[in-house]
Amino acid sequence: MNTRKSMLSGWGQYPQQLTERLTPHSKRGISEHLAHSSSLDDSPSLIARGLGRSYGDSALAEQVMQTEHLNHYMAFNADSGELECAAGVSFAELLAIFVPRGWFLPVTPGTKFVTVGGAIASDVHGKNHHVHGCFSQHVTQLTLALANGEVVTCSPDDKAQLFRATCGGMGLTGVILQARFKLIPIESAYIQQRSYKSANLAETLALFEEHDSATYSVAWIDCLSTGDKLGRSLLMLGEHATDGELQAHRDSKLNVPLNMPGLLLNRYSIQAFNTLYYHKHTQTHAQSSLHYEPFFYPLDGIRNWNRLYGKNGFTQYQFVLPKSAGLEGMTRILKAIAESKRGSFLAVLKAFGEANDHYLSFPTEGYTLALDFKIDATLFSFLEKLDRIVLDYGGRLYLTKDARMSEATFKQSYPQWQTFQEVRHQYGADRVFNSLQSQRLGL
Amino acid sequence: MKNILVIGATSAIAEQTIRLYAQQGSNLLLLGRDEEKLQLICNDANVRGAHEADFLRLDVNDFDSHASVLEKAYTKLGRLDLVLIAHGSLPNQQACQQQVSTTLRELNTNAVSTISLLTLLANQMEQQGWGTLAVITSVAGDRGRQANYVYGAAKGMLSIFLQGLRNRLYPKGVHVLDIKPGFVDTPMTADFPKGPLWANPQAIANSIVKAVERKRNTLYTPFFWRWIMLIIRNIPEFIFKKMKL
Repeated sequence: MNTRKSMLSGWGQYPQQLTERLTPHSKRGISEHLAHSSSLDDSPSLIARGLGRSYGDSALAEQVMQTEHLNHYMAFNADSGELECAAGVSFAELLAIFVPRGWFLPVTPGTKFVTVGGAIASDVHGKNHHVHGCFSQHVTQLTLALANGEVVTCSPDDKAQLFRATCGGMGLTGVILQARFKLIPIESAYIQQRSYKSANLAETLALFEEHDSATYSVAWIDCLSTGDKLGRSLLMLGEHATDGELQAHRDSKLNVPLNMPGLLLNRYSIQAFNTLYYHKHTQTHAQSSLHYEPFFYPLDGIRNWNRLYGKNGFTQYQFVLPKSAGLEGMTRILKAIAESKRGSFLAVLKAFGEANDHYLSFPTEGYTLALDFKIDATLFSFLEKLDRIVLDYGGRLYLTKDARMSEATFKQSYPQWQTFQEVRHQYGADRVFNSLQSQRLGL
Repeated sequence: MKNILVIGATSAIAEQTIRLYAQQGSNLLLLGRDEEKLQLICNDANVRGAHEADFLRLDVNDFDSHASVLEKAYTKLGRLDLVLIAHGSLPNQQACQQQVSTTLRELNTNAVSTISLLTLLANQMEQQGWGTLAVITSVAGDRGRQANYVYGAAKGMLSIFLQGLRNRLYPKGVHVLDIKPGFVDTPMTADFPKGPLWANPQAIANSIVKAVERKRNTLYTPFFWRWIMLIIRNIPEFIFKKMKL
């Protein structure tokens, strides 16, 4: 097995950690490594890592086990759409192969550069959460290497506790080796998009309610507008088109080759962008057909866009508030952000459907907002202020984006954390699988 | 639809090449030693769109089995459009210097076994009057260096063998492609520190598929190795012998 030691970080480039990177070439290599390291009295902290798209410190440890060589497909049933593949297969690779044959992912996050294993460990959601739930809810079986190297399968019916701990479990139960899940049939690679413009937050939330039967919905929100324009948004709805070619995406040519000066994204440039973007859409209602790439993955077009935030990095603050708290809680948070003048280049609002029963899964029925903030000396104290509002309303933060929440905040907002710990302990995972994040959160 | 035979199918470069041909809907027969891995690669190729992918076990160092395994392969595939030979090992040069048997074993794995297979395959291809023989050699075969001259000698022997074969089979309509990769990041080279000259097996596979299509004779891959090797080959020996390469 190849090992390298280097500074490593998540997508937000914060924090950085000196890490030994293991790149096992096979499932057997993973098992053997685990069997060996779990037999040591004092083994380094270890966590699986896919494409490193989680923003904070959830895929950082003294050792990371990269799944890049677990990139095989096992089987595909062209009648049911059920696919079994190794955990290191990326959504981008998968789409390139299956879109031309008329199949699409049941759920996809806002980037296709995630692995199947990462998608399960983060229990990722997409623009269809309100109708189709999280990615893991489409997983019928997964194969996991446990702490002692033993390989087991689990499903919603078999070793259900292990399954529920692993989906959304941030890699803390074992190394996901492969998974079986159902693709959905499509007739076209295109999406019929409708967009609506709202004047304020109340209108935005009402639009989500009104269009809750749309398959895909998401709103871009102007987080620097204030007063009676607070929360003005562009709501985008989508349905898979029935005409248009089954053409997969192309690799992007644009790249940010190195870290940009941190000053590039400042409150003026962000305000200008937000105002222009809002007014770019002159009509209150528009309709168009576009390829799945710009609809689902607008930022994938610029490789390494995270470098736009400069070398100090950034964090994405994504929280969810229960539906009952929606308007009031969201208004308080948006006001706090607007007052702080900390703009977020992208602020994305989405209505979630019902929560699933995975112990550390993030989504719960209500509204989620995701904001990118450049890291500076005063950011974290500001975010703690926001944490208190989120907790007041019974909300929580997304572990996949998190780099800084406190143990107390986590334990208060994820009530099933103890059950999760028990399952981890039962499988011996707590001794071996630990990330910077799990240590920070007291797991 | 192409009928493709791959020998040494579990090698990283072969595997990536198999993926590309699978996506084109080819009919693939994979030969190798590790049956578990062959099964994995076969299943993968089938999901990726191969018309059919199957495998047979072959230990290239079991010379006596070559003819019978190849016979089975001909029966299974019928006409051969492409044969890719990709097996090989990276000898430990120091160990070879200490042990004659190690040197001979490495020469067998990297050259003699391939020549045995090629001898049989060439006759089959000559008879059918069609197809491409593509063999992975190495830039290391272009000039002997103290760091790995056993490997270099084996690969160089292959390249010269392929030249002759190309010359012989050209009038018969059979094409011979000599693939010379530079540094490639594979399990075979896992212990080496990697630098900017290193390529990934996907890039090598892409260039192989293109070179087969265009009936190239010798493929240096990535392309810049053609120029690097041109320089290396042209350094006068009285200077070269003093260099630490």
